[in-house]
Amino acid sequence: MLPFIGSRLKQAALEVQEYVRLDLATFYALFTRPRYTHDIVEQFDVIGVGSLTVVLLTGLFTGAALTSQSGVTLDQFGARPVVGRLVSASMIKELGPVLTALMLTGRIGSGIAAELGSMVVTDQIFALRALGTDPIRKLVVPRVLAGILMAPVLTVISDFVGIFGGWIVARFQLQVASGVYWSSVTQGLYMQDVWMGLIKPFVLGFAIVTIACHVGLRTSGGTQGVGRATTVAVVAGSVAVIAADFFVTQVILAVLY
Amino acid sequence: MVEASTDGLTAEQILSEAGAPVIVFDQVQLAFDEQVVLKNISFTLLGGHTKIILGASGSGKSTILKIVTGLLHADAGVVWVNGERVDRLNEHEMMAVRADLGMIFQEGALFDSLTVRENVGYKLYEESDMPIEDAHRRVEEVLGFIGLGEYIDRMPSELSGGQRRRVAIARAMAFKPRILLYDEATTGLDPITATTVDEEIVKLRDLERVSSLVVTHQLRDAFYIATHMAVRGGDGKVKVVPATREKERQAEFIMLRDGLICFEGDADALRQSTDPYLRTFLS
Ligand SMILES: Nc1ncnc2c1ncn2[C@@H]1O[C@H](COP(=O)(O)OP(=O)(O)OP(=O)(O)O)[C@@H](O)[C@H]1O
Ligand SMILES: [Mg+2]
Repeated sequence: MLPFIGSRLKQAALEVQEYVRLDLATFYALFTRPRYTHDIVEQFDVIGVGSLTVVLLTGLFTGAALTSQSGVTLDQFGARPVVGRLVSASMIKELGPVLTALMLTGRIGSGIAAELGSMVVTDQIFALRALGTDPIRKLVVPRVLAGILMAPVLTVISDFVGIFGGWIVARFQLQVASGVYWSSVTQGLYMQDVWMGLIKPFVLGFAIVTIACHVGLRTSGGTQGVGRATTVAVVAGSVAVIAADFFVTQVILAVLY
Repeated sequence: MVEASTDGLTAEQILSEAGAPVIVFDQVQLAFDEQVVLKNISFTLLGGHTKIILGASGSGKSTILKIVTGLLHADAGVVWVNGERVDRLNEHEMMAVRADLGMIFQEGALFDSLTVRENVGYKLYEESDMPIEDAHRRVEEVLGFIGLGEYIDRMPSELSGGQRRRVAIARAMAFKPRILLYDEATTGLDPITATTVDEEIVKLRDLERVSSLVVTHQLRDAFYIATHMAVRGGDGKVKVVPATREKERQAEFIMLRDGLICFEGDADALRQSTDPYLRTFLS
């Protein structure tokens, strides 16, 4: 039993070490030449534009459901008119960043792991290196750039449609006047909340993409291995999103509030 | 080998001389976890010469080629490629050595998100300063050699296995490397196409002075490459003719067995060998 635990711990430590190594190499490559501009543009399109539909839908329904639920709770205090305040605060600080990140993990994390994994098992990564290309610059950097810059953009979009979804429910289900809803949306917002809502997706986007790249590039064991890598990327990515969200919240609360 | 009169020459001049060693393996060992794949491998490939590596499946042929390109690192031993100790180089330093190395991977390893044109010209488009028109022209020229001109805008998934193999060859030769590593370049091709590829290997070697490391199971192709040479006739046309005795000696066979080299010699020596393992392999 003990040797088993020991070997698992050693393996986990090795995995973390490799992940940190990839992160460091990526940082170095981010700020030095050569850059593959064409691939960077392509990844912005794949990761950013490609994720728009899922993000719009999740944002809209989350905001709507949140408003319905909050309406019931607030009625107990006779505070139904301030529902907008609750919706905007929850969406911008917590639900928008986390749900967008989770959707991105499912969509982008799995895609990256599958693509890089199949490049590994078909020797395409070897071929890249043999042709003089650093796979980190060619494959990882464009995805990381797109991830850390598009995650905040998508989150902001998700926040907006969420609050809009909330408005539909507030107006037609809870019978709150539009003017009351929108003024309470803005009243409940502080600058710190906006920062919180922007810094979080930046960190989460980085985590999702780097974990997926790490898992994909370490794929072994043929097509079966690619399937395994895809699952691991989504599971590890989702857990990392939730955990990182908690820690980033603590840091921002300590620093900004 | 290098003559005694090397005084005053730079390493570069020595290496660019005909017959200078371009790849040297000295007591190379490699194991994957517990499985020892290469126990003790030593050989030398001279400039413009050919080494043909034979061996059963799983004997470590592809592994040797990956060590040459620095994709895998040997556990022990010394590897020289083009005058560099590649066993000591890091990935960044290795890129300079790879500029002169073309590798054809066993499964082709074409980039499946790129077209045939982008695959073949990958290095020219992405990793060189060559003007785009020149790169286009070179890609078309190379695809012409290999008889795939009309497939230039297809995706690799729309090609047959043999066509993919030929695109992989085109990609490796497009940037005119001085060393080419062929991993089963003719396996799975029909005899006519295989002979075209063999002739291409011979032409690159004899006319462009490319040094070649050829891994193959197909003895027919191995012997064809070893016993033919390309000459430019009086009318400027290139012909592939049976090799002279001297030329034949420039192509050597290596046979791998249990992580060791169990035979090394030219085509004649291989034919006349009485070793029972070799005989079963050859028959
Ligand atoms: N990444 C790897 N991890 C573990 N073992 C490996 C790996 N790559 C190769 N091997 C093992 O190393 C041995 C040599 O593999 P290699 O691909 O060099 O064989 P080969 O001579 O090219 O065979 P073939 O003719 O079938 O292509 C095989 O037994 C294989 O199982
Ligand atoms: Mg092989």
